[in-house]
Amino acid sequence: MNLTPELERARVEIERHAREFGLDFFPTVFELVDHDELNEVAAFGGFPTRYPHWRFGMEFDRLQKGYRYGLSKIYELVINNDPCYAYLMKSNSLVDQKLVMAHVFGHCDFFRNNVYFAHTDRKMVDRMANHGTILRRLMERHGVNEVEVFLDRCLALDNLIDPHSTALRRAPAEPAADAADLPRPAPGKLRAKSYMDRYVNPGRHLDEQRREDADRERATSRFPVRPGRDVLRFLLDHAPLKRWQQEVLSLVREEAYYFAPQGQTKIMNEGWASYWHSTIMTRRVLRDSEVIDFADHHAGTLATAPGRTNPYKLGIELYRSIEERWDKGRHGREWEECQSLAERRRFDRRCGEGRDKIFEVRRLHCDVTFVDTFIDQDFCDAQRMHVWRTNPRTGQREIASRDHRLVKEQLLFGLSNSGQPIIEVVDGNHDNRGELRLAHRFEGLELDLAFAGETLKVLEAIWGRPVCIESKLDGKGTLVRCERGEIATREVAPSGATDRVADSR
Amino acid sequence: MIRRIERDRTRFNEIVRGRIRGEMKRFVANGEMIGRKGGDLVSIPLPGLELPHFRFGDNRKDGVGQGDGTPQPGQGEAGDQPGEHVLEVEVPLAELAQLLGEELALPRIEPKGTDLLEADATRWTGLRRTGPESLRHARRTLKAALRRQVIAGTFDPKDPRIVPIRADRHYRSAKRRPTAESAAVVIWMMDVSGSMGKEQKELVRAEAFWIHCWLKSQYRQLETRFIVHDAAAREVDEHAFFHLRESGGTKISAAYELCAQLMREKFRASEWNVYPFHFSDGDNWSGRDTERCIELLQREILPGANQFCYGQVRSAYGSGQFKKDLDAALSRDERLVTSEIQDRDGILPSIKAFLGKGR
Repeated sequence: MNLTPELERARVEIERHAREFGLDFFPTVFELVDHDELNEVAAFGGFPTRYPHWRFGMEFDRLQKGYRYGLSKIYELVINNDPCYAYLMKSNSLVDQKLVMAHVFGHCDFFRNNVYFAHTDRKMVDRMANHGTILRRLMERHGVNEVEVFLDRCLALDNLIDPHSTALRRAPAEPAADAADLPRPAPGKLRAKSYMDRYVNPGRHLDEQRREDADRERATSRFPVRPGRDVLRFLLDHAPLKRWQQEVLSLVREEAYYFAPQGQTKIMNEGWASYWHSTIMTRRVLRDSEVIDFADHHAGTLATAPGRTNPYKLGIELYRSIEERWDKGRHGREWEECQSLAERRRFDRRCGEGRDKIFEVRRLHCDVTFVDTFIDQDFCDAQRMHVWRTNPRTGQREIASRDHRLVKEQLLFGLSNSGQPIIEVVDGNHDNRGELRLAHRFEGLELDLAFAGETLKVLEAIWGRPVCIESKLDGKGTLVRCERGEIATREVAPSGATDRVADSR
Repeated sequence: MIRRIERDRTRFNEIVRGRIRGEMKRFVANGEMIGRKGGDLVSIPLPGLELPHFRFGDNRKDGVGQGDGTPQPGQGEAGDQPGEHVLEVEVPLAELAQLLGEELALPRIEPKGTDLLEADATRWTGLRRTGPESLRHARRTLKAALRRQVIAGTFDPKDPRIVPIRADRHYRSAKRRPTAESAAVVIWMMDVSGSMGKEQKELVRAEAFWIHCWLKSQYRQLETRFIVHDAAAREVDEHAFFHLRESGGTKISAAYELCAQLMREKFRASEWNVYPFHFSDGDNWSGRDTERCIELLQREILPGANQFCYGQVRSAYGSGQFKKDLDAALSRDERLVTSEIQDRDGILPSIKAFLGKGR
């Protein structure tokens, strides 16, 4: 920590307030850095000790340019780690620094307590450094180019993970080997006297049973038995990789899992941090002379451009609405059944459970469940939320609906799987030729074909055999296949693998 | 301390340079970068540089649609996937010239002329106690204030407040020092008579861009002059040079006379490295005028120039006779280079012919 005495005083004060409000965070270390250093850390995704890779350099260039031209400026950067590391930009004013500190404590509390972060490694700074060492060593041994090419391939696939797998136990992907090998009894004819046989073992039943057996046989001989979303895991287990390649792939996968919850909780996390910077600053820390600057900065953070949502704004308003509803007891049957507008407006049971409720919410929810559970018509009306569309006749944007169900649907659509397509391994031995077949679970948006082709080439290079992905294009089943770097697209009958995800699998 | 990111950045730059080098031929032929010039940087679109991913995208091709069209998804994340976004990288012009030089194996140019220009280089390296506020040196001023406060004992590390007074203020001031520089001038001449079409001018433009790029990397000071001619010649600015469309006959000697006059009056060989370039489709008014041209070249232009380059752009109307005449009359003079540009792919060899001698 290298804070100036002035900032250090502010930090101690804000940390005390945060703890008094009940925030529960890892020890938090603040570093004061200039914009070059901040952009550097940001380019590394927050970890200055990461493995060498050109894409960090590219990102750094982009950030530097944005900063130089005054287009973008990073205010705050927090790393989910124990201790938590946070960076403050030297050139910011004291009010900004205070606000950022309060904001940071909100994030730290969220990292520590939200269940979606429970599986993340809290010594990630060290882990990242280890990854850096491993990759540098591999580069020395196998050549920078060779390792870099392979690393590029792995990174192109790093969104093919199963972000929910850390929270729930899936049925094992493979059947236990010995169970599969056990001889299965022939379709069971029950013992019966010959004159009773046609009654005890009716032909129809036997046929049915035979068919079931055949189905089961086919199902278990498939590989993988069930489609799985953790494509990286599948590749680790089954692709013909050298040892060092396995090492690289598995550390890329590990990092992808570490970063996944941050994509799943954008609204919640930013909303929570904003709620707390606002609460701590306005109730405790702000001096009279700082009010205007604070208000300016705060308003800038929460500003919403027309036709878009701002996760900071949506998040903080949801927390506030939840707090109010549980303070006044506006939930449960009594509230739902209350029809009179006047009564609803007056509705206040003085429960005072709001604070406790939002702490509970920040522990249990991710963006999808957060939005799904707590957006109701009242909230939509108060926030003037709407679904817009472009009128094809006039070319103007119009408000299509203010119905909270439609608003919610649209929001959830963008949030599911953090805005990434859901892709599964369907078959590791497609056509019995050792080809890898993936399927895109189609939910209304098409895959970008050009990118899909490039990604398939990468996948083929790792898998070592042709690969294909089934998706939908213009409503028709489509198979994109890559063999020896050649992309071919053809129409196929939909196999069912591209249907929406069933609820309980 | 070398920062960690520098390594990745260098690597990224290497990759970008590698890509540009690999596609140099395409860049030169397409002339894609011309007009993208902003200051000393050229931004180059490099598709496919970013890592591919499976991601959502719009696969609709251009075309006419009918019906409702799909309603735009609104409210909710508008999606942070860029649509048709191609990464653009910015490359300094000098570096581009270097890449071109490597691609064509161009030799460095040895400046000629013993009388070098005296130029005043102004550098803001000095400090003064007085000056305009706009030039105040904040860091030095604060340092002086801090020193004064520490000496006076009014500085409190617990509350590090530094208040500069009048006496602390420092201002930047300029220092001049004369430097010797070799200067160069390119005199572009182009035939804009009726037979030079748009396509021909595009070729000239592309070639001129790259030649200028290279010469600029060789000389700190590079001037350019533009002369257009049909039956008469006149000096114009850059925009007019490339866009002007005249009609009428062609009298090349008019341009050469103007060029010779410029060299006599302004760009004397003793001070300047002079590079006259002339592009035409090879048609001239008459054989007599061609003789006049050759005479002008021999007597005035060639002796005063580093090298005279004539590029003949192929055109449906041109006979291409002029290049033959020049070659026949002056083939022994190595200060004359002629080359024929058939099409876009001919640009690169032509540049090589012009600049390959290192003069």
